[in-house]
Amino acid sequence: MVVFIALLASALRLATPLIFSALGGVFTERSGITNIALEGMMIMGAFFAILVTEFTNMPWLGVLAAMVAGILTSMILAVLSIHLKGNQVVVGTAINLFATSITAFLLELVWKRSGQTDSVERALTTNPFHFLENIPLIGKLFSGMTPFVYLAFVAVAVSYYVLYKTPFGLRIRAVGEHPRAADTVGINVYKIRYICVGISGMMAGISGASMSLGTISLFREGMTSGKGFIALAAMIFGKWHPVGAMFASLFFGFCEALQIQASTLGFDFVPSEFLQMLPYVATIIVLSGFIGRAVAPKAVGTAYEKGHR
Amino acid sequence: MQNKKKNLLQVVMDNLKFPLLAILFSFIVGALFIVWTGHSPLVAYRELFSGSLGNFGRFGESLLKTTPLIFTGVAFAFAFRCGLFNIGIEGQYIMGAIFTVGAGWIFRDLPGGLLIILLLLSGILGGALWAFIPGILKAKRGVHEVIVAIMLNYTALYLSNYIVRTVLNPSVLLGTEKKASTVMLPEHGRLLHLSKIMPAFGYSSVNIGFLIAVITAIVIWFVLFKTTLGYEVRSVGHNPYASEYGGISIAKNITLAMVISGAIAGLAGAVTVAGLSYKVDQAAGMPGYGFSGIAVALVGQNHPIGILASALLFGVLANGERKMQMAGIPKEVVGIIQAIIILFIAAEQVAKYLPDIKKKFFKNKTQEVQK
Repeated sequence: MVVFIALLASALRLATPLIFSALGGVFTERSGITNIALEGMMIMGAFFAILVTEFTNMPWLGVLAAMVAGILTSMILAVLSIHLKGNQVVVGTAINLFATSITAFLLELVWKRSGQTDSVERALTTNPFHFLENIPLIGKLFSGMTPFVYLAFVAVAVSYYVLYKTPFGLRIRAVGEHPRAADTVGINVYKIRYICVGISGMMAGISGASMSLGTISLFREGMTSGKGFIALAAMIFGKWHPVGAMFASLFFGFCEALQIQASTLGFDFVPSEFLQMLPYVATIIVLSGFIGRAVAPKAVGTAYEKGHR
Repeated sequence: MQNKKKNLLQVVMDNLKFPLLAILFSFIVGALFIVWTGHSPLVAYRELFSGSLGNFGRFGESLLKTTPLIFTGVAFAFAFRCGLFNIGIEGQYIMGAIFTVGAGWIFRDLPGGLLIILLLLSGILGGALWAFIPGILKAKRGVHEVIVAIMLNYTALYLSNYIVRTVLNPSVLLGTEKKASTVMLPEHGRLLHLSKIMPAFGYSSVNIGFLIAVITAIVIWFVLFKTTLGYEVRSVGHNPYASEYGGISIAKNITLAMVISGAIAGLAGAVTVAGLSYKVDQAAGMPGYGFSGIAVALVGQNHPIGILASALLFGVLANGERKMQMAGIPKEVVGIIQAIIILFIAAEQVAKYLPDIKKKFFKNKTQEVQK
């Protein structure tokens, strides 16, 4: 039981960045933009969260900085792919490369070395609601739960509400499915897409902060290690739905926790590499429609031109 | 005749304009970052280029860095000409590399020349198989190749790590200590260093893999522009429905273009293993050649000959960054320069519509004035 609770707690922590980024992905793709730049925005978030916390000693200001950094980075994608109609995948690739380089560059400039930053004094690695730890049996579950874990679930609820219960959400989905029809009824396609890309930048920024500020309290080069792409997988696995994306993220987080703790659990009859592979393979299977087909929003990946047939 | 030649020159100049502008612009942005670190951009760029072109040995090392980029650039371009975005070159490269090591072990008793041919072929096979998956899924089920390929990149990474740790580990095959890399390729299966033919290259480990890359680029140019296969592939890329109306199968060409693209990426893995590393290591992340290949192809205007030039540029940049680093300038400047080039090129695809945008913009302006 104790082992299982520990595994579950670890799964929740590992799923948190995935949930944030996957939600960001849901917003962009629902509005019709392919977002493979999640990884880059996460790197920016992770770095600026630490940078600002280091100098102000206020971790929540760091989180805010991560959000702003994510949004600014996402605006490169927005401007180039919405207004200038550049290839969304090319721009995404460039953003990922840019984020990796610029953070490593700034790291060397500020900390005078490469590899990783110093640990910040005050981070957000502890549970803000201590009383929960006194609950019998499952109390242990909350002991390592950072504020980000709670925030992630709040974000899921808010995203679901916005996308499915508000006129704004309806507009987003309309723009992603059939931008021309949406335009005809007076929805500003460009504006909706800008907002959605911005939201994804914000989400990916928090996601990055949850990895740096919320886990190891420092920034390390390459620390996101493809998490942005797993989030993309989670979004698809969850069929472009906030709640689906959450469950997919939890599942992938659980796989990772299992892989990390396999040896202590006596669970090493499955090679760890196969557990690492699982999210990706599962996504391909779902996409190809062999089990419960996932279908992308119709207009995803194509730039919208007004008055173009 | 005179007239026709001039037209050709004009075409070349037109195609060169944007890439050159992108490179120039990115170097200017790079210079701003260098100034920020408190160094002189001129010194930094001098170090960068003397580090990669300063003498024959360094030039050889630059060619070595250029080699995989030619392959991955051409691989990307081939799929792109068919309207496909092969972001899966990373994975296809990884599979090519691990297949090569596997073949090296299985065929270790064969004589040199034959072994090397088999090694290259197995690299091609590994990459082609891995690219077949997104190709067939796109062709038969309409699944977007980008997402499948990204997922396959990571699948390949972990599969390769598994194989390195178990099947091809020296502890399994030779009964020695457990290592974080595979068994070594036999001596006679390794590609000849160019310094053996041209001693001027000195210490550089540039090998005939570079020549294989150049030949591949030329062959692919021929296939793309001088054969029926190439015509069909480009036709599907240009307008799939019109092509189908004309009797060209979309599904067949999509799958084929992807497989050929993957084969070239796999060959990159084979040449790197047989010419440089002689083994595959356990890896925490992507090798990065695939993503650079996208940049190389875009700068080279998705033309094999243009790619030869742009791969050399990226190879030179990659090789020079170490000397720049030694002069105290963060080597990440090179990454920033590369990213800016890609962003600029991405926006450039748009610049083709620029006259159109300008017209609209001015029309709006005049309307506002009238109001």
